[in-house]
Amino acid sequence: MLDTFFNVEIMRAAWPILLAGLGNTLLLSATVVPLGLAGGLILALLARIRSRWVRWPLIAWVDFFRAFPPLVLLIFLYAGLPFAGIELGGFGCVAIAFFLNTGAYYGEILRAGIDSVPSGQAEAARSTGLSRSQTMAYVVLPQAVRNVLPDLMSNTLEVVKLTALGSVVAMPELLFQARQAQSLTYNPTPIVVAALIYFALLWPLVRLLSRLENRALRAG
Amino acid sequence: MTGWERFLDTFFNARVLAKYWPDILLGMVVTVELAVLVVITGLASGLMLALLRTLGVRPFNWLLIFVVDVLRALPPLVIIVLIYFGLPSVNIVPSGFVATWAALALVLMAFAEEIFWAGITAVPRGQWEAARSTGLSFGQTLLGVVLPQALRLTIPPLTSRTIAITKGTALGSVVAVSEILGQASSAVSNSYNPSPLMLGAAAYLVLFIPVVVAGRWVETRFAWKR
Amino acid sequence: MIVEARGLHKHFGALHVLKGVDLLVAERELVFVIGPSGSGKSTLLRCLNRLEEPTSGSVVIDGIDLLDRRTDINRARQRIGMVFQSFNLYPHMTALGNVTLALRKVAGKPRDEAEALGLAALDRVGLRDRAGHTPGQLSGGQAQRVAIARAIALEPRVMLFDEPTSALDPELVGSVLAVMRELRESGMTMVVVSHEMGFARAAADRVVFMDDGLIVEQGSPGAIFEAPLHARTQAFISQIQRH
Repeated sequence: MLDTFFNVEIMRAAWPILLAGLGNTLLLSATVVPLGLAGGLILALLARIRSRWVRWPLIAWVDFFRAFPPLVLLIFLYAGLPFAGIELGGFGCVAIAFFLNTGAYYGEILRAGIDSVPSGQAEAARSTGLSRSQTMAYVVLPQAVRNVLPDLMSNTLEVVKLTALGSVVAMPELLFQARQAQSLTYNPTPIVVAALIYFALLWPLVRLLSRLENRALRAG
Repeated sequence: MTGWERFLDTFFNARVLAKYWPDILLGMVVTVELAVLVVITGLASGLMLALLRTLGVRPFNWLLIFVVDVLRALPPLVIIVLIYFGLPSVNIVPSGFVATWAALALVLMAFAEEIFWAGITAVPRGQWEAARSTGLSFGQTLLGVVLPQALRLTIPPLTSRTIAITKGTALGSVVAVSEILGQASSAVSNSYNPSPLMLGAAAYLVLFIPVVVAGRWVETRFAWKR
Repeated sequence: MIVEARGLHKHFGALHVLKGVDLLVAERELVFVIGPSGSGKSTLLRCLNRLEEPTSGSVVIDGIDLLDRRTDINRARQRIGMVFQSFNLYPHMTALGNVTLALRKVAGKPRDEAEALGLAALDRVGLRDRAGHTPGQLSGGQAQRVAIARAIALEPRVMLFDEPTSALDPELVGSVLAVMRELRESGMTMVVVSHEMGFARAAADRVVFMDDGLIVEQGSPGAIFEAPLHARTQAFISQIQRH
């Protein structure tokens, strides 16, 4: 069994392409996370506008992208856009699909965070003459982020795991490379190695998150 | 044809839609079956593990925590692929459906265990002490006093996590499960037309928007005060 | 006149909280506002720096019409200091950080100048040695004094106090009142909503009694406390004397 799942020769051969895949996984994550956070921040700030014409489309947008499975969104863009004459390629489709999806999740988290800051904070800041945007930037947002840091980190963990979906549209991230190697060698070792790499990459974050979540739940 | 007509003909082609909508419908049935199975088995096993964890058997707990960490760290698609392509090497050949179900249920089990455990430990010690001091056994205290209170705390995070995982049923299409995306993808390749994708997208929305809205309602109703 | 509020009405939905209030405060005056809960005292105070928008009426502070759309409300608020019942210190900053934030961002002072001014303000309230502490490390009385420092650092023309000691344990109240007395002695114009009747007797120039959205009676502390003219004032005064 060791030879099937942990074949040393295959490991040695597949290692370089797996590493390249890991690089792409990290590159993709490093692109999507800041984009998603920025998008989420915009959504959270828009949510403060009382106008019906803003709130309802906003809620519809957020619920839509939370209801829509990310893989379907990805396939949609990847298979559908060429028919509309737009050629985006694997990376582009993945980036846009994930930006839309994670932006909605980050938006909800940040919105809850902003709501959790007592209104007295903004009142005090405004009473000293700080403008609305200064109050948000220096007083409310720092506290909001602090309050929802576990959720933000948890969502970031999800984003990194989501990159594995890129393998479905032939984006050469880690899982794709592993499956290529597996189909070439008829041996599942590359996938096992890829799993180990994912684990090594993400386990520290999982442990940290577990500790934070427990603390947050106990405080509440 | 005008640009608009060409757009409709490409993405909303009546002939293609008429031909493939039954397949999409079948796909919806499979998606729902898969989702329901995953939710029931995932939550039940997660709760079971959390309850077992309260027994305090150290080696068991360490193993449990390790397994849960692995399941939380790996992308679900990797687990599906491991099961579907890996197990045949030891003469276990799961179908795509079973592989997807097992993978998603395991992931939900791991997250659910963590959430249930956090809920149980968040119930103040005083509750345990009060119940035990009136003569209730460990089991009675756990099930009658602590768990009901723990559940209240766990519902918001559990709801959102469960919804996120059930959307993973779409991953089944990667291992030839004929759920919605799988059906839509084959229809697209067979007809050289993306209309089935629009139908598939609509099918997902029909299924999941009510779920997300209900989830939103549940979360606000059970939101705990900070 | 530093404060000229005339004809103030405020509705919260169907609730008519301010029913036509005029308040004029001269420079260096300390006006004490008392009344039962629900009388609109806090709402009146919050209208004076436009934290609440009056439904109708006018508010002119130090010559600036606060309700004019063209007024830069942020600059205007630098001239008005406010101290809140629940302090509202920023928990993610030190005491000095709390005091200097507006100095840096609104008054545009460079960092070292802001810090010097901030430390001076903290010094005035007797907490210079706590400059590096976070709000979590301060007692209630210390926190409220930092809040006062935060307000006076901008050198306002008038200070508004919304029940500044109501959230404090009794033994901490004195330290805050001492700071308020010092402010008054240095010539600050102050409008105070509070239940601290002893302080009113000792320091107030004028006591205003409000009930049900209107000013019922106002006069010197002696007049209001010893010889109130209106029945409602008498009832309220005798109620609080009993404690």
